[in-house]
Formats: sequence, C-alpha cells, structure tokens
Amino acid sequence: MLSRKRFNYTGYLYILPWVLGFLLLQLVPLINSFWYSFTQFQLLGSPKFLGLANYKKIFTADPTFYQSLKVTFYYVLIAVPLKIGFALLIAIILNQKIKGINLFRTLYYIPSILGGSVAISVLWKYLFMNKGVINNILSTVGIGAIDWLGNPSIALGTISLVTVWQFGSSMLLFLAGLKQIPISHYEAARIDGAGTMRIFFQITLPELSPIVLFNLIMQMINAFQDFTSAFVITQGGPLKSTYLYGLMLYDQGFKFFKMGYASALSWILFVIILFFSSMTFRSSESWVHYGDSL
Amino acid sequence: MIKKSSLTSKLISYFFLIVLAYVMIYPLLWMIGASFKTNQEMFGTVGILPKDPVFGAFSAGWHGTGQYGFSTFLTNTFLMVVPTVIFTAISSVLVGYGFARFDFPLKKPLFFIMLSTLMLPATVIIIPRYIFFKRLGWLDTYLPFIVPAILGSFPFFNFMMVQFFRGLPVEIDESGKLDGCNSFTILKDLLLPLCKSAIFSVIVFQFVWTWNDFLNVLIYISSVAKYPVALGLRMTMDISTEFDWNQIMAMSLISITPPIILFFAAQKYFVEGIATTGMKN
Repeated sequence: MLSRKRFNYTGYLYILPWVLGFLLLQLVPLINSFWYSFTQFQLLGSPKFLGLANYKKIFTADPTFYQSLKVTFYYVLIAVPLKIGFALLIAIILNQKIKGINLFRTLYYIPSILGGSVAISVLWKYLFMNKGVINNILSTVGIGAIDWLGNPSIALGTISLVTVWQFGSSMLLFLAGLKQIPISHYEAARIDGAGTMRIFFQITLPELSPIVLFNLIMQMINAFQDFTSAFVITQGGPLKSTYLYGLMLYDQGFKFFKMGYASALSWILFVIILFFSSMTFRSSESWVHYGDSL
Repeated sequence: MIKKSSLTSKLISYFFLIVLAYVMIYPLLWMIGASFKTNQEMFGTVGILPKDPVFGAFSAGWHGTGQYGFSTFLTNTFLMVVPTVIFTAISSVLVGYGFARFDFPLKKPLFFIMLSTLMLPATVIIIPRYIFFKRLGWLDTYLPFIVPAILGSFPFFNFMMVQFFRGLPVEIDESGKLDGCNSFTILKDLLLPLCKSAIFSVIVFQFVWTWNDFLNVLIYISSVAKYPVALGLRMTMDISTEFDWNQIMAMSLISITPPIILFFAAQKYFVEGIATTGMKN
C-alpha cells in the first residue's frame, strides 16, 4: 500500500512477442547490416572485413549510384508534394456539405488499397504503352501519341502517377483533421471579412499542419524506398531514368549477391532518410501549429 | 447573390468530383472491360464495354499454360496471407494490452523504441534478415512472413491496439478483477468483444499489405510451385505474347478482387471504429 508505484510484471508476458521480434528481427539485423557494410560478403562465403572500401567505391567509382540517387530525389520531389497537395485539395472540397460524400470517399480510396500491387503496375504498363489506351484517348482529341514509358524524360513522371493516384489514404487523414476544426473559427474569420483564400491560409492550413507534417514524413520515408511500380513497369529504364534506389539495392543484393556492398548502400539511404525527416521535423517548428488546447 | 454564387461553386465542385471519380476509377473499369475483350479490341479502342464479350481469358489464365496456373498462385497467396493476418491480429492485441494496461519497469523506453521503429526503413534490415532466414533454412517457405507476425514485428498495428485499449474505460478491468478474473480472462472475455472494430482494421490493413507485397515475395519465394499471385502475374506478363494480354488483365482482375471484397465487407467496422472513438471525446 505504501509503494508509490505498483509494478505488474505480467505486462512483460504480453509484450514478450514484440520484445523478441524487436531483438531478433530488427535490432540484430540493424547491427549486422552496419557490420556487413564494412565487409566483402558474397552470400555463400563469410563476411571479410574491408574497412571503408565499399563506401569509397560507392562515392568515387559507381556512376549508377549517382544516377539512382538523382532519379530517387526527383521521384520524391515530384510524387510526394503532388500526392499530399492533391489529397489536401480533395479533402477540402469534400468537406463542404457535399451529398454522396461517402461514395466519393470510397471511390477515391480504392486505388490506395490496390496501388502497391503488381496487378496495378501491369495495368499501368498496358494503359501507357505506345499503342495503349491513354494514347488512343489522346488521338481521339487530336493530340499525338506520347512515349510515356520509352522517353527517359517522361518515364519517371508516368511512374509517379501511380503514386499520386493513391492519394486516398492521405485524403482520409486530412478529412478527419478538417472535422476537428471548430466552425466558430470560420465564422469569426468571415465576420472579419476574410475571403476564401485568406480563410484557407490563415485557418484551414495552420489547423491541418500537424497532419501535413505526419503525411509528409511518412510519404517521404515510403517514397525513398519505392520499388514495385518502377521494377514491373519499366525495369528501371529507359537509360536508367526510373532506376530508383530500391531497384539498385535489389540488383546489388539479390541479383549480384554483393551483400556487403548492398548493406553499405542501404545505410546511405538510411542516413539520407534520417536527414530529410529530421530536417522536416526541425522546419516544422516554424510552420506547424499545435492547437491552443494542447 | 451569396446564395447564387455558392450554388455555382457547389455545381463546379460536383462536376469536378464526378470527373475526378471517373478518372480515378477508369483504369479499373478498363481492366474489367479488357478481361472480356479480344486482344485486337483491347488496344484499338478507348471504350470500356467490350463489343462482343469473350470469356476465354479467365479459364485460359486460370489453368495456365505451363505446369502451374492461377489456381495454384491464388491458393498459395491465401496460404501465406491468412496465417500472417491471424498472427498479426493476435500479437498486436497482446502487445497492445500489455502496453496499455500494465505498469512495468522500462515501459516508457520500450514504448518509445517501438514508436521509433515505426520510422525504421525496411530496406536497411532486408539484407541481414534475408541472411538470417537463409541460415534457418526458411527460404522458399512462407515462414519469413508468418514468424514476424507471431513476433509482433509490425509496430504500426501494435501502436494502433495500444491506442484503442487506452480508449476503453479501466473500470471494465477493475470490475473483472473484483469478480476474480485474471488478466488474461479480462482480456479474453471483457475487452476483446469491445475491440472488434480495431481488430477488423488490423485484419484489413495487414491482409491488403501482405497480399500486395512484392519485394519480399520476390526475395524469399523462388519455386514457381509456391508463387503467390504477385509473382505469378509478373511471370505470366514476362512470358506472354501479344496474343494473351486479355488473359493477363483477367488474372490481374482476379488478383485484386479479394482485397476489394474484404475492404467493402469491413467498411462498416471502420466507420463504427471512427464513430466510437469520436463519441469518447
């Protein structure tokens, strides 16, 4: 009765699965991958210590690394803002008292359920191939055929479309956030004579900023690692213009079985992701607004 | 004046929403139509409905041209996905209950670690995990999917269940204790029936994610006899000629059907989940 806090060790029993999983499937692999990154490790042998040789080779003697890095940055820069911006726009439109909102919400969400699948990548390939449907539609309105998948300066955009098409999950988060904004905020602004644009920038956007931040970080982490659509639709081509980082990692690790080299690549990606997420978090102090109630 | 402008802006909104809905769903409608089209019609036209529907694509794809057809791939996918989903649901309930309802030493740091693994990129650990599973002799089995589910290695779901349990009143547990229930009986008999909507969300998300997973099956599953639909579909696409594109569309259609059916079946529970958490505030 006197003890300040009564510990109940049965709690350990319940979280035991996760503790084991964390140690065996996350922590030990993380340490191992760090160690492998300093070794030469062909799958069948055992790892041989090389020092910094892998990293040195990546930065000084691997042109594909820079190409892949460039492509990945472009991809993240195109796909993530477009996806989030679109999700926000649609959520705001849906938040007006729209009839049939449930139907629209469901229709917009369906691509998010399917987006990552091979079936959708296959479909995308057929839609955008030279004699595919999209070009047929364009020709009926008098626009010439576009080489969606064969032109190195367009292909990455075509791949990004698959990602943007899945804006539904971010949209749902924004919709939930919009519901939390008290109507009195809007009314007060309207009495002050604020127009639609001002209301958006001074009320809606600041109130939603924590959700924007969350979406930005999660989508960025995912986009840096994307794999399926580029692998199935273009195999990284043409001229490596869609050779995302994930594809390079797969090639080094699971095609050439250079486990050490691939581990070094994966740590570089990890550092890049950490850097950009923490930069985003840092910058958020100036643009994320946490409600007065918090 | 104000009324009029809001009416036109509403009309513009509706117009935009309907056009957008059509654009969003068009690829899927086209896929459904294409499964019933002949190959010539598939690429010559933009319409969705086939002029003379043909039904051969489904049976041809189903039986496959080689040794294995889509019936095998579909069965394999279920063999892989169903245990993964069930174990994820069980482990996330246990872990969520543990974190939400018990006080034990190091609870806070452990919970913080779990939260931070939410942001750990999967690509960093994919190689050592592969080597680990290879040493255990688990390559070309579904164990690399099922065992992580048993060990609660999906922090997202654990976190979801923690949040859900925190929303349930502690009085339920206390009344159970007064009745002499132990902690497991409290979970099983009193709390679990209230968790239905959260558990359904875990099931739907994990089903869809595992069903769609491509990178992991590509790495771990090597024999065609064990291929899930994702690999089967890509193999069929790679070996196909122009003459069986409608078959591939038909098989793609079949492969996206189970996640869609599950989503619509469980939609009610999503809404219920949102409604109950909303009521608590």
